[in-house]
Amino acid sequence: MSDKHTITVTVNGHVYTDDCEARMTLADFLRRQCGLTGTHLGCEHGVCGACTVFLDDVAVRSCLTFAVQADGARISTVEGLAEGDELNTLQKSFQEHHGLQCGFCTPGMLICATELLRDNPNPTETEVREGISGVLCRCTGYDGIVKSVMAAADSQRDGVSESGSIS
Amino acid sequence: MTVGTPDNLASSTRGGVGQSPRRPDGTRKVTGQFAYSSDLWHDDMLWGVTLRSPHPHARIRSIDIGAALATSGVYAVLTHEDVPGIKYYGLEENDQPVLAVDTVRYQGEAVALVAADHPETARRAMHEIVVNYEVLDPLTDPVRAALDPEAPALHEHGNVVRHQPVRVGDVPSARSRADVVVTGEYEIGMQDQAFLGPESGLAVPGEDGGVDLYVATQWMHTDLREIAPCLGLPEEKVRMTLSGVGGAFGAREDLSMQVHAAMLAMHTGRPIKIVYNREESFYGHVHRHPAKMRYEHGATADGRIVYATARIVLDGGAYASSTTNVVGNAASLGVGPYIVPNVEIDAYGVYTNNPPCGAMRGFGAVQACYAYESQMDKLARELELHPLDVRRINAIHQGAAIATGQVVDTPAPMREMIDRLRDAPLPEAVDSGDVRNLPGGVSNTTHGEGVRRGIGYGVGLKNICFSEGFDDYSTARVRLEVVGGEPAVLVHTAAAEVGQGLVTLQGQIARTELGVERVSIAPADTQVGDAGSSSASRQSYMTGGAVKRACEAVRDRLFQLAAERFDVPADQLSLSGGKLVSEHSGVLVALADLLGDEAIEETREFHHRPTTGMDPVTGQGDTHTQLALCIHRAVVDVDVELGLLKVVDLTAVQDVGTVLNRVSLEGQIHGGTAQGLGLAVMEEIQLADGKLANPSFTDYLIPTILDMPPMRLDILERADPNAPYGLRGAGEPSTLSSTPAIAAAIRDATGLQIDRVPVRPHDIVHPVTG
Repeated sequence: MSDKHTITVTVNGHVYTDDCEARMTLADFLRRQCGLTGTHLGCEHGVCGACTVFLDDVAVRSCLTFAVQADGARISTVEGLAEGDELNTLQKSFQEHHGLQCGFCTPGMLICATELLRDNPNPTETEVREGISGVLCRCTGYDGIVKSVMAAADSQRDGVSESGSIS
Repeated sequence: MTVGTPDNLASSTRGGVGQSPRRPDGTRKVTGQFAYSSDLWHDDMLWGVTLRSPHPHARIRSIDIGAALATSGVYAVLTHEDVPGIKYYGLEENDQPVLAVDTVRYQGEAVALVAADHPETARRAMHEIVVNYEVLDPLTDPVRAALDPEAPALHEHGNVVRHQPVRVGDVPSARSRADVVVTGEYEIGMQDQAFLGPESGLAVPGEDGGVDLYVATQWMHTDLREIAPCLGLPEEKVRMTLSGVGGAFGAREDLSMQVHAAMLAMHTGRPIKIVYNREESFYGHVHRHPAKMRYEHGATADGRIVYATARIVLDGGAYASSTTNVVGNAASLGVGPYIVPNVEIDAYGVYTNNPPCGAMRGFGAVQACYAYESQMDKLARELELHPLDVRRINAIHQGAAIATGQVVDTPAPMREMIDRLRDAPLPEAVDSGDVRNLPGGVSNTTHGEGVRRGIGYGVGLKNICFSEGFDDYSTARVRLEVVGGEPAVLVHTAAAEVGQGLVTLQGQIARTELGVERVSIAPADTQVGDAGSSSASRQSYMTGGAVKRACEAVRDRLFQLAAERFDVPADQLSLSGGKLVSEHSGVLVALADLLGDEAIEETREFHHRPTTGMDPVTGQGDTHTQLALCIHRAVVDVDVELGLLKVVDLTAVQDVGTVLNRVSLEGQIHGGTAQGLGLAVMEEIQLADGKLANPSFTDYLIPTILDMPPMRLDILERADPNAPYGLRGAGEPSTLSSTPAIAAAIRDATGLQIDRVPVRPHDIVHPVTG
């Protein structure tokens, strides 16, 4: 076995320090070492986008990022999106507008849509489609996902906050 | 008030049938808490990996596991000699070895297993296994497998898994009455289900010598019937629980890692986790049967079809899987939703050394639909009719018969659907100044000079539920009790939620039938009776029917209880808002008060009406429970210089009987359409001499959001009186009709034959003529 490296990352506000091999991907580190299995591995070669996470506020494929590259970084995953016990606007919107079926792509969709709405709070439908075009969904035909992101943008603009506590 | 009849669906309990309540698994899916089979973990677990054959066809001379077994960290290396029970399994025929015995029949066939304390150790050890192969010529041409008696036999009983003829009337004499005749040879490539969550699961050895399996599958009870004999265990010692399923689309109807993980667990006494990566997933499950189809249609000058002939050859690959039923569908639905008085169909499903093919959304019907719809367009051109008119003239309707002689005895509003589609608005021309609007998007290197727009149509007919005499049923257990002072319902089935929203619907049905808002769905496992498969668009019908029936039984017992206690006739009682209501006296009692500490639990099976087999010579029979129609119009921009294309608009009209959950239903139609789009323009497992050339998402393309246009849906509700709530299964029909509609639009734009899907750039730029 190869030499181990000790890395420290802050994931969803929690500090994790652990050993890993140089070849370990960030995705595997999150899933195995941190126990955060919400980050999904659909292809492990950077196409499907299900494993997308924030690395210092930039959405990246965690299957194409080595864990050692993330040493010292701030990472957010799907588990960190909710505001306490309250789903955030995007999460509520995906529920409300049927933005998921099997849900395997959902973490990647949510992270990419979060980045999109952060950078462009008033996207057109075309911009939404481009913004999440790096994530594959096999179930929905994408219609519910577009509706979900558009509706979330509307809600954020209107400052509307529906109840959606986690139960 | 009567409960749960189609008339009052919308007015029943909040979150009931006809409404679109949120998914009960939605919160966990948007927070990352939902556990997919690949997320399972046990602190003591080992990792299992599978050695697969690099050859499509070879004899195994020897397997040397010595070096692998000696690798530090390795706990087991197993071959076919270690299979504890029967060495073969299969959905319809026991022809597939758990691990190759003396022959491998496809590239990727499982040969040996390794369990180790680290996945990389397991993989490294796997490469230390030495298999001595005698490489044989692969048989890869399905037509040769079907028709050439000289072709080498890949299995004892030959290469034809099933040949199903359909014979109606007198084709030779009908041919003499035809004013126009059109023929075509059509080919469909091998499509992959490409669900996003790869095959995976956890096997935990039990203290009783049995095993607990946590896997993502479509039909636990049929898994169980296949797994237990291979493990040499009685079925009760194999306990299955459904873990989170990341999509299925047919690919999880066959076993993948189930027996392998269980074998390793039983051998090592340790929990075993197996997770395929994407490449292995392409080798690890069955695909959609590729097909070669030869069709001939004759019609009179006024557009009436007088006969049709078809030879459909479906490549089943190395093992039978569900080929038998795929052939049945292709044969019985071979001329589609048209009245054809004289028919000769020969449908074959064959063994080759290509990857095994089995279930994928719309199986058998998808392949035939592309061919007969291409024929409809040829007929329309010959007859100088609008493509919709030739379809309308020959359309089936209630009271008409399909090719098997089965009379369509429930609504089949095909003419109305055609008329509605005809009236649907067309999209506006795109601004070709914005390169993103061009076919190929930003990779288009022109200014769009070569872009032509085409419009095409497709109609598909799909059987719903299992056909051909299969005793198809589902089982549901429903428990009503007071929890925390409120009535609460628990629904327990073995039905697989694969993403389609069955868990939502089960709750809706319980709310409607019992007037109780609080409903939980128990985890699906084999501690309750068989639910059948999440396939054939059947779960709303079958498990929906079983939940409804179990709820009705619970309700009957409640009414009896109340009738005795309040001395009122049971048939005058109803349930609403958690209260029992009498027709004459109004609210009698709150359910919570009536029940007290008592729980009412009932288990019921639901069987659909019986079907018959197909006559082996004529193919005649009432083989289908229910038939469903979908029709698509596609608008496609084709860059005829670059061979690039863009599907600009898709409009669908589908009859669903009754809408039980609109957002869920629309998701099925959208998703099914997208998979049909993929088959039309990009999705194909490319094979060279039986070897996969593109087992990755880099090279096997599935539609991204930029490939999928916004859709318009027009949903009809013409209730089927035989089905629960009048519903019509809705998961598959859109997958049939979107492919031929898109192919037709490309034809319309280019004037090319387009007799093969998926359509590739070189098919447009360098078409094969002749």
